[in-house]
Amino acid sequence: MDPARAPSIVVDGLSKRFGSFSALHDVSFNVERGEIMGFLGPNGAGKSTLIRVLCGLLRPSDGRATVAGIDVVEDPEAVRRRIGYMSQRFSLYNDLSVVENLRFFGGIYGVAGRPLDERIQFAVEMAGLKGRESDLVATLAGGWKQRLALGCAILHQPATLFLDEPTSGVDPSSRRRFWNLIHELSADGVSVLVSTHYMDEAEYCTRIALIADGRLIALGTPHDLKRRSIGGELLELACGDIGSALDLVVAVPGVRDAAVYGNALHLLVDDAEGVAATVCGWLAGHGLPGATVRRIAPSMEDMFVYLVRASRAPQPAGVAA
Amino acid sequence: MRIRRIVAIARKEALQVVRDPRSLMIALLLPLMQMFLLGYGVNLDIKHIPLCVVDQERNQQSQDLLKRFAASRYFEIHEVAGTVARAGHLIDNGDCRLAVVVPLGFSRNLVDQAAATVQVLVDGTDSNTATIAAGYAASLIAGYSSDVQLEAIQRRGGQVQTLSPINVQARVWFNEDLESSYFIIPGVVALVMAIVGAQLTSLTIAREWERGTMELLVSTPVTPIELMLGKLCPYFLIGLFDAAICLALAVGWFGVPFRGTVVTLFATTSLFLLVVLCIGYYVSVTIRSQVGASQIALILTMLPTTLLSGFSFPIDQMPPAVQAVTYLVSARYYVTILKAVFLKGATVPELALPILFLAIYAAVLVTLAARSFRKTLD
Amino acid sequence: MAVAAEAAIDVRDLSKRFGRLAAVDGVSFSVAQGEIFGLVGPDGAGKTTSMRMLASVMRPDAGSIRVDGVDVVADPDLAKRHVSYMPQRFGLYDDLTVDENIRFYAELFEVPGRAWRERAQRLLAASGMTPFGKRLAGQLSGGMKQKLGLTCALVHAPRVLLLDEPTTGVDPVSRREFWQILYSLRADGVSMVISTAYLDEAERCDRLALLNRGRVMYCDTPAGLKRKLPGAIVHIASNRPRELLEIVRGQDGVDGVLLVGDGLHVHVDSAARRIPELTKAIAQTGVEASEVTTIEPNIEDVFVVLLEQQQRAA
Repeated sequence: MDPARAPSIVVDGLSKRFGSFSALHDVSFNVERGEIMGFLGPNGAGKSTLIRVLCGLLRPSDGRATVAGIDVVEDPEAVRRRIGYMSQRFSLYNDLSVVENLRFFGGIYGVAGRPLDERIQFAVEMAGLKGRESDLVATLAGGWKQRLALGCAILHQPATLFLDEPTSGVDPSSRRRFWNLIHELSADGVSVLVSTHYMDEAEYCTRIALIADGRLIALGTPHDLKRRSIGGELLELACGDIGSALDLVVAVPGVRDAAVYGNALHLLVDDAEGVAATVCGWLAGHGLPGATVRRIAPSMEDMFVYLVRASRAPQPAGVAA
Repeated sequence: MRIRRIVAIARKEALQVVRDPRSLMIALLLPLMQMFLLGYGVNLDIKHIPLCVVDQERNQQSQDLLKRFAASRYFEIHEVAGTVARAGHLIDNGDCRLAVVVPLGFSRNLVDQAAATVQVLVDGTDSNTATIAAGYAASLIAGYSSDVQLEAIQRRGGQVQTLSPINVQARVWFNEDLESSYFIIPGVVALVMAIVGAQLTSLTIAREWERGTMELLVSTPVTPIELMLGKLCPYFLIGLFDAAICLALAVGWFGVPFRGTVVTLFATTSLFLLVVLCIGYYVSVTIRSQVGASQIALILTMLPTTLLSGFSFPIDQMPPAVQAVTYLVSARYYVTILKAVFLKGATVPELALPILFLAIYAAVLVTLAARSFRKTLD
Repeated sequence: MAVAAEAAIDVRDLSKRFGRLAAVDGVSFSVAQGEIFGLVGPDGAGKTTSMRMLASVMRPDAGSIRVDGVDVVADPDLAKRHVSYMPQRFGLYDDLTVDENIRFYAELFEVPGRAWRERAQRLLAASGMTPFGKRLAGQLSGGMKQKLGLTCALVHAPRVLLLDEPTTGVDPVSRREFWQILYSLRADGVSMVISTAYLDEAERCDRLALLNRGRVMYCDTPAGLKRKLPGAIVHIASNRPRELLEIVRGQDGVDGVLLVGDGLHVHVDSAARRIPELTKAIAQTGVEASEVTTIEPNIEDVFVVLLEQQQRAA
């Protein structure tokens, strides 16, 4: 295959065990050049373990992984030269200034002289820290630190970027700005692998992998995933007395499941139109008039919960595919 | 103050101690280790000093003198050196502490001039040992010297009154064999109690801050006094248990005589325990990291107890300014009490003064510790 | 809204400084009986500091707090008996078992023996944790720790519950179950304040206060907040969204464009007017856009837009 078109990251049947605990089990996926691959899943799902294996920091128990065509087990040093890594807690030195941090990381990645100066300038502008180069990192707010940390990770212009929960603890505006930066990098051909437990950040990625209990339970574009079956369709029911409505509505034919959501109920139904037409009347007939209902699109979280429950249920293989 | 809350806190603390390897080590292993290390390691008696002899005369008289050194239990002849240079070399490399040189012409000088010199070379790098070793050597030689005198007089046919004008009859009270371990071991017990007591409690509050449980504890109705009492209870019991172990070892293993009563011992130990537990608690409240609190607690107890409590260095030999400082060291009173209880069989009325000081100390510290804990995060 | 009963929680002009930083700056809100109130905002907004002052774990520099009729600042010890606080790290003892943790907190609040055992049994059963009674808390998963923390907080049947970011890092399935427990508490009349940085969780609250830099930006129901958003959010689905970015941004009436994985989210002043205009402009570029439709704004959209409005006004 043409090396320029080869996938940046190839993972095949990867497993990692710590003693009897299986942190990753049989994970397989590719990340193409310029793609933003999001890894969604709660804490403990295996996201950080996966990133550490791909960075050559942990040896897999089974399976293979290559980054930029290099096997992570055979030559982890070569892998590390070609990747940028931004950790969960930013790992910047609080008692050094912005530019001192950049110089330090530049030195670590072997960038020096004129190229380093140019890259530092680029990073400072990207982070919006022009004029604040001598400020101590401790004085920067979360969003600035985050962008600076990203700058430190790309000084050596890596083709692949690993971001481990980069948006924890950052305000929404900064988060959006950060994602714009990621998109610009990806437009330049950098492949990005991001791990997060914010379900709504899935929207920002080219493709998403949902990971839970060490397993890949879904892989696809956000578009595809949201249109997947969650075992039915979702209706939102608003009415005065939610408590009573909840008890009544589960008896309505076609309603598979009902749960409280704020001041409304979310109903999982087989046929949205059919149930929508009948449920309000039914409730009115049982002493709860004035209910309204509308169809809503499932959120990424709905999708995730459904898939996790399906993967944990004792079923024959092939259900959650 | 609600007893139920105090009991709840004490129960929780006890469960945590039992399940924490670090606390268990401090509570059980540390006292044993220290008793053995210090009990055997610290030995102030000077015996079997390595000695080398240079006999340049090599006759009956010189051999007589040197035989006394060989027979003495204070010395041990390491080597019979051929030359003074060799003796010097042995002292330089530490094989010998002392060298006795009997020069050529020793016996003729004794006869002709009624006086002869013997050279003693001493390694002075440890001045304490050097002084004592030189003193032993001098007294051996003096003994030989007076015997030589006696002999000479008898040969000349004179009658000699062998009675010396003053007869010294020394009786050593309380420690007949002058066994240094008899006064070291009680001091070791004090040291162990001081260190262990403070270490155990130094972790307790700091651990809650570090693990994030303090925030929740502070939001409950529990009061600072209840918290302190509840937390100190298990450690107090552990402390008494350790005191029992130390006592058993002192008497049963090291053979230190115990002439006091167990009640006196435990009553005074309880008072001292209260002091060191409060020291640890106060440190724990002030320093919110476990590692930091543990280190500070160690410094505050080990250093003063080792240096200023009378454990290793007698207080009345210290400069007056330093002596004044020792009044602030709680271990000083406890060491005094322990030695008195073990070796003199002292009772509470006899120990009234140090007990009073210790009680005042305890009262001050309990108040300090109780007041220091604030039920807010800032 | 008519004041039927006294508010469960009433906060007025609450302030707290750390050195020069005003962590909480004049925050006011009130929580009705049986209401789930959200304190929503990013890290550093002042959520945890506010919660700590409500729990009387920290003293405010200024302002007043009344909880269940008790003046928290004047009488913190009394207030502590009415309130239950679940801090960010749950406050569990890792080296005690589930049962021992529950017992400890029950005793601290002096709950009668039979009452707390019964309550604990019920709560553990509801969380599916009955078989884990003898398990050390440190060996529980994140979701179970969260439920244990809640059980400990509820064992003395408080009327007011303060939860500081209880769902951070917890898996979505456990998060859902957690919220179902909160809703059943609400049905029992318990008032709750829950702080969260997850803006999508804000939608689950009855009412919420959006906090930023120590101040309350807005306080309303989720639906009310969404209505405050001027204009509408339009979703343009395309697999080459970057190429459309400049064109869309330059259009009239477009207030902000957000790049998402499978297209663009565009904030416009009027959907009716701008959708046809956008569709035409996009068609002219030749890039294919499969959908140009209005979508419902989420709380994050609201937050970002309102924040920008505020900054522009300043």
